[in-house]
Amino acid sequence: MTATHTSRAANRARAGAHGRRPAKSRQRPNWLGGLVSWLWLAVVIIPIYWIVITSLKTQANYYATNPFAPPPDPTLDNYRLVLEMDFPLYFLNSLLVAIGTVIPSVLFSFMAAYAIVRSGGASRFLRGVNSLFLMGLAIPLQATVIPIYLMIIKLHLYDSLTGLVLPSVAFAIPLSVLVLANFIRDVPKELFESMRLDGATEWKTLWGLAFPLTRPAVVTVSIYNALQVWNGFLLPLILTQSPDKRTLPLALAAFQGGPYGVNVPAVLASVVLTILPMLVLYTVGRRQLLSGLTAGFGK
Amino acid sequence: MAAISAKRTPSAAAPGASGGGVLPWLAMPALVAFVAFALIPLIGVLLLSFTSWDTLGEIKLTGFESWRSVLTDPGLPHALWVTFLIMLFSWAFQTPASLLIGVFLAGHQRYRELLAVLYFIPLLLSSAAIAITFKALLDPNFGLGAGLGLDFLSQDWLGEPGLAFGVVIFVVSWQYIPFHSLLYQGGVRQIPRSLYEAAELDGAGRIRMFFSITLPQLKYTIITSSTLMVVGSLTFFDLIFVLTEGGPGDATRALALDMYKRGFQANLMGAACVIGVILVLVGLALALLLRRLGGRDPQASQLEGA
Repeated sequence: MTATHTSRAANRARAGAHGRRPAKSRQRPNWLGGLVSWLWLAVVIIPIYWIVITSLKTQANYYATNPFAPPPDPTLDNYRLVLEMDFPLYFLNSLLVAIGTVIPSVLFSFMAAYAIVRSGGASRFLRGVNSLFLMGLAIPLQATVIPIYLMIIKLHLYDSLTGLVLPSVAFAIPLSVLVLANFIRDVPKELFESMRLDGATEWKTLWGLAFPLTRPAVVTVSIYNALQVWNGFLLPLILTQSPDKRTLPLALAAFQGGPYGVNVPAVLASVVLTILPMLVLYTVGRRQLLSGLTAGFGK
Repeated sequence: MAAISAKRTPSAAAPGASGGGVLPWLAMPALVAFVAFALIPLIGVLLLSFTSWDTLGEIKLTGFESWRSVLTDPGLPHALWVTFLIMLFSWAFQTPASLLIGVFLAGHQRYRELLAVLYFIPLLLSSAAIAITFKALLDPNFGLGAGLGLDFLSQDWLGEPGLAFGVVIFVVSWQYIPFHSLLYQGGVRQIPRSLYEAAELDGAGRIRMFFSITLPQLKYTIITSSTLMVVGSLTFFDLIFVLTEGGPGDATRALALDMYKRGFQANLMGAACVIGVILVLVGLALALLLRRLGGRDPQASQLEGA
């Protein structure tokens, strides 16, 4: 099977997955799959449920009540406590790093993916670029943090948000290019051809045709990269030092090890606050995220 | 395959060729960013492994000294062994579970869509948040076991080497089984229904169909998913760092954590870079091995089709 074939099939699957209901044949139900799925769903949901209810308990109730019983008198005090501390600052830091990473990485990756697809392997240079990015997928880039630490110090960017953004952009590029290229490949060739006959430049075709037509992929890649950066831990850990430059995951870890560490309900309230923005993003882009990841990885 | 790509390549290339030298320029920003903060550090990690640097003083060229000290340190085989075990057990637990769940989720019933939505939640959480949650849940005095009065749950989960290792595998699975299940769900939905219809006419049962249609058809999804799991398990850092800090003792001190501790806690950057180089080599070797096992290079075919 060629890539063309699979990507077309993926396209069909994307288009049809939700609309088409194939005639279900008489079959014995999949008991084992069902059992494992429901069981694992419980394993996934129970800790989440516990996080939410515990974050609404007072500290006294946390020690006194059954851990799975909902709080007798739910309170938002933990949330207030967390918000009165430096949480909003960490939140802002994470937000700035995420935006600063996602926008350039997605735009750069889109341009590169467009070039790689449109050159169709004719350009030796672009073939090399593609291979380089593919190699980037196979290498655990976290192994390179020590030279990155050194470079960021030499650039006088240590303990700054810019210092976090630069390597994050680089780390995001290989996967973004792969997924975006898979989608740009699905744009019918005739459309590019008619743009060309109209005298449009590559630059205009890129933003006027390819970008709008592959918006679901752009959304997917943006959300995925935002998640990675939002939840990233290693880079902030080694590239920052001052408490006021902390991003959320780092703040959570410090919070838990710090003087409030014994206040489990407050720690869990901050966990809930941390995932709220990602929950919103996920709700907005869920369908595209799922199909995009499947098409990007599943070949 | 050859025929199609041969026909495709020139026709796809024609418009690009007319764009002249513009296309390579479009790839420049991404290339520059990647080279500056991924490729150069990759070369840097190799170069720095031949130096010694304590993060404050100067970087001194010391030849193979760091290599000698790391390679003769019994900590290295231990870290490699821990990494291998984490890789093996997390793969062996996650793959069958994700496959079963993915096949089940691929059904088109409405409630399975809902299941897929709920399954995604762990992917939104940071490893740090997950580690903090499980640390609190597993606390022998105030956690789940104590709260429910169940003695078998109130063990010193993170204090016993064997138990702590098991907890790491469990938490990794908690975090990633949903993702791999969704990959398999996508893979299963791409299998042509006609294959199953034909098998059904031949009177094949569900189990038979799973082994002779679903599994072989999912070959590339299995390879992709396994590659992500195996290469990904090299870099489990945040989770172990927050959950156990490599402990108790060094029971969960995997390579990535070993690198961090040597570099940023013991201030032996040269030695830490040796571990970094080993991580890169192991990652590349595993990716190549898995590709070889697949009997096809899924990425190369994407290149051809480009």
